[in-house]
Amino acid sequence: MEVALMQRRLEDYTKSLFMEGLLDAQFLQLQQLQDDSNPEFVREVVSLFFEDSQKLLNDLTSALDQQIVDFRKVDSYVHQLKGSSSSIGAQRVKNTCIVFRTFCEEQNAEGCVRCLQQVKQEYYLVKTRLETLYRLEQQVVAAGGSIPAVEFNSF
Amino acid sequence: MEGSKSSIIEKKFNVLIVDDAPGIRMMHNALLKSFGSNVETQVAENGKVAVDLCNSGKYFDIIFIDKHMPIMDGVQATRKLREMGVASVIVGITSCDTDDEVKPFVEAGLNECFEKPLTREKIKFVFEKFHKDG
Repeated sequence: MEVALMQRRLEDYTKSLFMEGLLDAQFLQLQQLQDDSNPEFVREVVSLFFEDSQKLLNDLTSALDQQIVDFRKVDSYVHQLKGSSSSIGAQRVKNTCIVFRTFCEEQNAEGCVRCLQQVKQEYYLVKTRLETLYRLEQQVVAAGGSIPAVEFNSF
Repeated sequence: MEGSKSSIIEKKFNVLIVDDAPGIRMMHNALLKSFGSNVETQVAENGKVAVDLCNSGKYFDIIFIDKHMPIMDGVQATRKLREMGVASVIVGITSCDTDDEVKPFVEAGLNECFEKPLTREKIKFVFEKFHKDG
C-alpha cells in the first residue's frame, strides 16, 4: 500500500477515536509531549495505564464479589481509575467512573456491578482500538512515512 | 509543541511530582519538562517519600501532589510538610470532584488544587501565579 494511503487511513482511524468519544483532547496533549528524544513516550504511558487499570479492574471485581461489599474500598478503586483514565484522555472510561461513583455513594451494589461491566467494556474497547492505532502507526513508519498530526478542532 | 524548550519559563523552578501511578508520574514529568530547561523535576511514589526528601534538606519551589496514595496520602503528607515548616507551593492534583472531598486536602495546607488531568494550562497558571508572588 502507498505511504500516503496508509497515512490517510491512520488519520481517519485516529479521528474516529475522538469522534466516537473514546478519547478526548488530553490524549492529544499526551501525543504532543512525544518527540524524537522520546519516540515511545505515548506507548509507554498508555501501557502503564493499561497495567494499572487491569489491576484496578481485578480489585474491583474481587471487592464487588464479597457478600458484604466495602463501598469505600470500591469507591477508592473507581476514584483511581477515574484519575488515570482522565489523565490519558480515555473519556468514556472516565465518564463511566463518574456514574460508578454515584452508585458507590448510594451503596447500590446492583448499580455498581452494572457499572463494573460497563467500565470493563469501555476499557477493553479503548485498549483494542489503541492497539490498532499503534499497529497502523508502525506500518506507516515502517513504510518510511511520518505520523500525521491530528488537530482536535479538525473534527 | 507550543514554544521552545529553553524560553518558556524565565525563573528556575525545582518541582517535585508525587503520585503512586507510574504512568501519571511519567506524564506529569513530561508536561513539566515541556516548559524548558529552567524546570528541574524529581518524582516520588507516595507522600512518605516526599516528606523524607524534604526532611533530608531537599528544597522544592513547587510540589504537585496526588490525594489518594498508599503508605501516606496527599492530605497526610501536605499536613506533615507544613508542620515541618516546608514553605514550598503545594498543588493538589486529584480526581475528587466534590467540595467535601477536596476540603480536607486544601485545609491540610495546599496553595492550589486542581482536578485531574493536569494540563499545560494548569501548570502555566501555577508558574505564572507563583513567579509573580515569588
